[in-house]
Amino acid sequence: MAEIDTSGGGKKKGPGVKKGKKLSTRIDLTPMVDLGFLLITFFIFTTTMSKPKTMEINMPVDIKDTTTKAKDYCTMTILLSQQHRVYYYVGLADDPMHPPKVEVTYFQNRNGIRDAIIQHKKNVDEEKMNGMPGHIPTDKPVILIKPDINSQYEDMVNILDEMKINDMPIYAMIDITPVDQGYIKATEEANAGGPK
Amino acid sequence: MTAMCDVAFLLLTFFMLATKFKPDEPVVVKTPSSISDIVIPDNSILLTVDPSGKVFFDYDNKKAKAILIEKVNTEKQLNLTEAEKESFKRGASFGLPFNQMKAYLSIDPINQKSYPFTGIPIDTTYTPALNELAYWVQSARIAGQETGHPPRICIKCDAGTAYPKVKDVIKTLTKNDILRFNLVTTLEAIPDGTAAAVEHAEKEKAASQNKPATH
Repeated sequence: MAEIDTSGGGKKKGPGVKKGKKLSTRIDLTPMVDLGFLLITFFIFTTTMSKPKTMEINMPVDIKDTTTKAKDYCTMTILLSQQHRVYYYVGLADDPMHPPKVEVTYFQNRNGIRDAIIQHKKNVDEEKMNGMPGHIPTDKPVILIKPDINSQYEDMVNILDEMKINDMPIYAMIDITPVDQGYIKATEEANAGGPK
Repeated sequence: MTAMCDVAFLLLTFFMLATKFKPDEPVVVKTPSSISDIVIPDNSILLTVDPSGKVFFDYDNKKAKAILIEKVNTEKQLNLTEAEKESFKRGASFGLPFNQMKAYLSIDPINQKSYPFTGIPIDTTYTPALNELAYWVQSARIAGQETGHPPRICIKCDAGTAYPKVKDVIKTLTKNDILRFNLVTTLEAIPDGTAAAVEHAEKEKAASQNKPATH
């Protein structure tokens, strides 16, 4: 490839004519290959072949009136707190006389928040058919996510991811209320005093 | 040797054409993982939030950036020179209040990376007049609209960032009627036996069934 035919084309020279020394036109390609691979290495290291992945999120519009209130038995509230703790309860918790049963768990694959969500989904599916007043078959489970001020961004992404993993149709991320913060505190106190 | 040389340069050409250089980032951010596999959209506004809550702004559209800096220069009276505007256009992510923009853009691009960034200030009124982040985002969206590529907004936040800091950024967007945006995450595997895993398997099955039909 990188050489030129220098055979002289068959023309014979006479007897007294001195033949010039044939110089090789083959080029040593080793340095060129070295350079080529060096550049390849450079480009491999600087390249971002795969673009980063993202998750899409739709935030609820700030509406003041709550006429489109979710039904009590469909609603599950998830509170995100410190050290990746997750508190959850079923119901709207709008009756101060009957505070909801708040449970605490973590983001784990077994017996974590995922199982709680799946269980809630199952419960709603069963209860919507039982014919109690207000229960209609088109009811869907609703999840309200309320991250507390001492939670981390990772928790927020994890819980949004759980929504996707468990195929939850309706969920919303809203601000935490002092009432919910009170539930967290009460649960923490109960847990601290309980097992001892 | 000739063949090896050929291969080397073929690969070299491929990598040169396929390369998009890693963008310069002023902070290292470790994003959390999710199962979502949506690729980051082109021409997007990237808001990077570091673990301490400093916000950085970047816009992946040079044409729109040129319009954006013109607008910012006149509206915020930054008195930038042409060279400084050019520096903004080519520059990477930055996180500074308006009053430091000129000082930042006037220095050499190599030294810009080590500038002591303080983050773009976020005011809790969330109006573009007072909240500088809201102003940047709104102006960049207008500039993007002019180039014909309305941008999507991506938030790239460190996994360990405290939630209130993230909330401020999200509130800045939602209060300005940006209700749909993307969160940059790293991909993780879908857990077995979940609704998403079933859905994914069905999709795969449908795709493999459709393949022979297209032949």
